[in-house]
Order: sequence, then structure tokens, then C-alpha cells
Amino acid sequence: MDPIVILQAGVASGTVLLFATIGEILCERSGVLNLGVEGMMLIGAMSAFSIALATGNPWLGVIAAILAGGLLSQVHAVIAIQFQADQVVSGLALTFLGVGLSLVFGEGLSKAGAVALLPAFSIPVLSLIPVLGPIFFTNQCVLVYVGYFSVPIVWYFINRTRPGLHLRAIGEFPAAADALGINVARLRHFYVFVGGMLAGLAGATISLAVSPGWFSEMTTSGQGWIAIGLVIFAQWDPLRAAFGSYAFGALRRLILDIQGPAQLLGVRNPFFYNPYWGFFLQMLPYAFTIVVLVLGSRGAVGKRLGAPAALGTPYVRGQRGI
Amino acid sequence: MTTAGTRPASRHKGLPFSIRLEPRLDQPKWLGPAVSAGAVLFAFGLGAIVLLLVGGNPLRAYGYMIRASFGSLGVLSDTITKATPLILVGLACAVAFRMKLWNIGAEGQFFAGAFAASAVVLTPLLPAETSPWLMIPAMALAGILGGAVWGFVPGLLKARLNVNEVISTLMMNYIAVAWNNFFIFAVWTEGGFQMSHMFPRTAWLPKLADFADRLPELRGLTTHLGLVFGLVAAVIVWWVLYRSKWGFEIRLIGDNPRAARYAGLNIVRNTVLVMMLSGGLAGLAGMSEIAGVVHRLQGAISPGYGFTGIIIAWLAKLNPLVVVPVSVLFGALILAGREIQPSGISKTIQGIVLVSLIASDLLMRYRIRIVRRGAEA
Repeated sequence: MDPIVILQAGVASGTVLLFATIGEILCERSGVLNLGVEGMMLIGAMSAFSIALATGNPWLGVIAAILAGGLLSQVHAVIAIQFQADQVVSGLALTFLGVGLSLVFGEGLSKAGAVALLPAFSIPVLSLIPVLGPIFFTNQCVLVYVGYFSVPIVWYFINRTRPGLHLRAIGEFPAAADALGINVARLRHFYVFVGGMLAGLAGATISLAVSPGWFSEMTTSGQGWIAIGLVIFAQWDPLRAAFGSYAFGALRRLILDIQGPAQLLGVRNPFFYNPYWGFFLQMLPYAFTIVVLVLGSRGAVGKRLGAPAALGTPYVRGQRGI
Repeated sequence: MTTAGTRPASRHKGLPFSIRLEPRLDQPKWLGPAVSAGAVLFAFGLGAIVLLLVGGNPLRAYGYMIRASFGSLGVLSDTITKATPLILVGLACAVAFRMKLWNIGAEGQFFAGAFAASAVVLTPLLPAETSPWLMIPAMALAGILGGAVWGFVPGLLKARLNVNEVISTLMMNYIAVAWNNFFIFAVWTEGGFQMSHMFPRTAWLPKLADFADRLPELRGLTTHLGLVFGLVAAVIVWWVLYRSKWGFEIRLIGDNPRAARYAGLNIVRNTVLVMMLSGGLAGLAGMSEIAGVVHRLQGAISPGYGFTGIIIAWLAKLNPLVVVPVSVLFGALILAGREIQPSGISKTIQGIVLVSLIASDLLMRYRIRIVRRGAEA
């Protein structure tokens, strides 16, 4: 129950949510709602684990996961962008498809042995900083550090660059973007693909770093859905997404650790003496997601912030509406 | 292909023809069923490719699945038993989707209903000697209530605070499973196993096999009273949606919420009520499965019925009466899919079915024309 250890592990576990959330932010900023994150994460986790197992090289696993997530996302992209179908149902279908395919191709993987994991290391000087050093820069997986970089880069990209401006334009007012000569359909395809790749990477982060292995549907256990909730909480902002992801990661870790000690804050730990109370702890991340959604939607109303205006609406040139 | 109107959709220089999408002005009556059937067949075709990829024999697998689900009276009865909860969750999804409320939580509401129905027997609210005439209605009522409570929470959050119901209902699924697990592990465990003790006979839904002493042909048939619940519910939900004033409100809000608001409809109240109706139907499915098949509360009571319900509702085009035959199809898929290796194949086919279905919607709205290059101009 060392808070430093919990936060350190929480950052690692939050990196999973971070990748998935940032991917979904990019996708939704372009105006496409993709509810298939859970499916893309799961297929990423399965691909990463099976390729790393087959080749002995975890990096090939990561690449496979990114490609698998990106490929799967294109099913949704074609249906949502080209076929102009309902994006809620299409995203759900994508999750079903991803879960099903992962179970089929991951058959037997849960009994497979250990796999070469991604390297973990400490950052020389930064790890000496009191409190922050041990939490963020000591003995973390390489993908955790990638996560640190991705947040400011994506923020800068969305808010300060020309392609980022185009991204926001096709999500807020695609007709205007189209009039300026931006290819709405092609860009949306691209960002759905990026979202899929990041979801796949999130899956690889689970199966090759945070909780190595393949546990069929329990590998992701709803984290894809939590990521979609975090996007709303984050109000489509990568910085808030980072905060939310790491907080959820720490919560997941706390739930595991709180059942360990016999004494908790000087009193008998009920979760230690009656382990079944742990089921109520297990509900917490999901209950918190609902709380976070409430906070997110209230905040959005107060500050007049909200979803990209064209989120979930297909763009058809020459038709009324956005 | 995003272009509407008569613009050429593909401009591949090398092709001697171009593909055009023309919006359909009217849809012939046969088109909807034909496109849906085509999409399902297409999905099974893709499923065959997946089977080939993992080294299976699709023809043998599909042949086996048909025999294992429709091959004899006994397995047909098993198929219908599997279809029974699917009818109810399919209705649950159809009624919510009709108002464009994305209740993805039928799975959790199913568990909540199963829990509440079991609580009547296990707490015990009613002693084991209670007449089935009282016990079964009490359990059904409890199941409906349990599911309705589980639907009420996301419904209220959606109506009052505009909380996205897709995520909240999904999160409620995980909470319901953990809640159930607590009770089967800690409270109602039987001898350390993760299940409650067997319900008394008075809490069992009568099944066809119970009447085998009078009609020997019924021996071994598992179809139970839950089927009647499902059929009656289908008729009631159909009547509510298409013949009642409330149903008109639901459909109006679903089709055009702005018009509904101008017309003075109470969207907040309707959102909560529809979520409760949807949850109640899914909860009744949980009760029917517990009292008709499993006869005890345990962890593995659903192979994802709640999620299959979404696909069923969509394939039935949200028509409550069509939900019934579609459920039988998926009941067969789940029943036979259990014995097909690898184990995820039935889930994969379900996913492909939904993907093909929504993709095929394009054919409902557009006519695809292949036009010769020369003929364009």
C-alpha cells in the first residue's frame, strides 16, 4: 500500500487508457464516432501477444497490434463514411466483430507460455526528482514514455498546426472544409485509421507490458468503453484525457492493492478479512466512469464546450445540414 | 462513393465503366427483407472464410450447425429454449432503439432480473412450499423490477443530465455482473461453489417434458413457459409501439426529437419510461432463463444474450413481431456454435452479421448503377 508504488503502477496502467482515449479524440474530432474501441483494443492485444510469441520479438508484436487495430477500424470507416450508416450501431458491430475475431484467432493463446515483454527502464536524471521521479520515470515500460510524448504532440497538432485545423474543420463544419478544397472523406478515413492504430497500441500495452498475457475478453475488460467515457470527460482535449487516464489507471491499481494489507489506515481492513467485498471494489472503475460522464456533461453545459458539431453525422456533399 | 445524386462514384481512368449511386425515391416492399436476407447470407459467407483461415471446414461446420439446431424435434426444442431469452432481450433493444435510445445494457439488465428473481426464492421472500401459481408470477415481477431498476438509472441520467446512455448502460453491465458474483460467491454459495442451491420445484417454469406422462412425444423437450412470456411480450410491445398513443410518442421522439419537443411531448418522462420498459423486458429474460433452464443463480447464465439482442433488434428492423423468428435463428447459432471450434466463431458470425446488415442499408437508400464510359456525357 505504498502510494508511490500505486501511482507508479497506475501510470503504467493508465497508459493503456491514454492511447485509446487519444486515438478516439482524434477520430471524434474529425466527426466520426467510433464505438469499436473495445474491439480494436482486444484485437490489438491478441495480435501483439500472438506475434510476440511466434517471433520472440515484442516490437513486431507492437507493429502487428497497430496494424490490426488500424485495419479493423477501416470496416467502421467504410460503413460510416462511405455508406453513411448509423455510427452508433456500426461501432457496436465493430466491437462485436473485433471481440469475435480475437477469440477465434486467440484460441489457445491463454495457455501459451511466457512471452518476451517490452523493455522497461529508468530515465537517468529525471528519476532522481523526489516523488515525481519514482512515479513517472523509474522502471517504466518504454510505451509509458511514448505516452508522455504523445500528449503534448497531439495537443499541439490539433490546436496549433494546419493539418490540425483541417481536422477540427471537418469535425465542426465539413461543408465549409469541403468548400475550401479539403477532402472530407479521405481525411476522416485517415483519422479513423489513426484512432484504430492507437487503440491497437493500447491493446499491445496491455498484453505485452501492463498485464502480460491473453485472457480472452478479460484482457481489456471494458477499458475500451471506459476510454470512450474519458473522451467525453476530457471534452475532446488530450491534456484532460491524460489526467483522466492516469487517474483511472491509479484507481485500477489501488483496487488491486487495497485488498493486500490486514490493516488499512489503522483499522481492520474489511477487504482483507472478507475478500468477497472485493467484488464491490471491482465495480468502482465502471461506477466512476458514470460519475465522470456526469461531470463531463455538466462541465460541457457550463462552459458551452461540447462534442465536435458534426460528430456522428455523415457528410454528404450537397445535402442540407452539417 | 460519398457523392449523392448522379455524380460518378469512381473515376478510375482505366475502367470502361463507372459506378453510380442514385438515391432511391421509393423502396419496393420486397427490398427490405431481400437485402437483410442477402446480408445474412453474405455474413455466413464471410464467416466461412474465417473458418477456412483457422483451418476449419466451413461446409462441414455449417452442416453440423444446421443439424445440431434444427435436425430433430429434441434439438429444435433446445433451439427454441435458447431463443426464449433472445426474444425478450431483442424486444428490449427494439423498443429502446425505436426511440433512438441506445440501450446497450440488456446484458446487465438480464443479470439484474435474474438476481431479483432469485432473491425471491433464496432470501427467501417466499418459502419453498409456496404454490407455483404465486411463486412464478412473483419471480417474474421481481425480474421485471430488477431489470427496470437497472434501466432506470441510465435512463434518468440520460434524461436529466444528458449522460451518454451507450457508455452508462455498458458500465451498468459490468456492475451487474460484479453484483451477481458477490452474491453467488459470498451470500448464496452452496458448499463453496460459485452458485446458489437448486431452486425448489415450485420455482421452476413448467416445460414440455413435464407433460410427458400424458403425451410421451414430449419426453426430453426443454421448451418452457418462458416462450409464452416472450410471445405475449412481443404482441404487447408491438401493440404498444404501433397501436397506442404512447407508442406514437416513442416513434415520434425517435424519428424527430425536435418536432416531438415542439409538439409538447415529455421527452424526459418518455426516456425514463422507455429505458425502464426495455430494462424490464431484459430482466424478464433473466428471470425466464433462471427459472426455466438453470434453476439456480450462478455466474455463467448468459453467453452474451444482451448483446445478441442488439443484433436481433436490428435484423428485425425493430419490428417486435419479426424479433421472434429472428431470435430462433440466433438461438440456433448460439446453440450449435457452442460445439464448434474455435469457440469464438458464433460471436464472430454475429459480429459479421451486424456489420453486413448496416452496410447493406446503403442498398436500401441507393440504387447502384453501372454505366458505360461512352454512355456518360
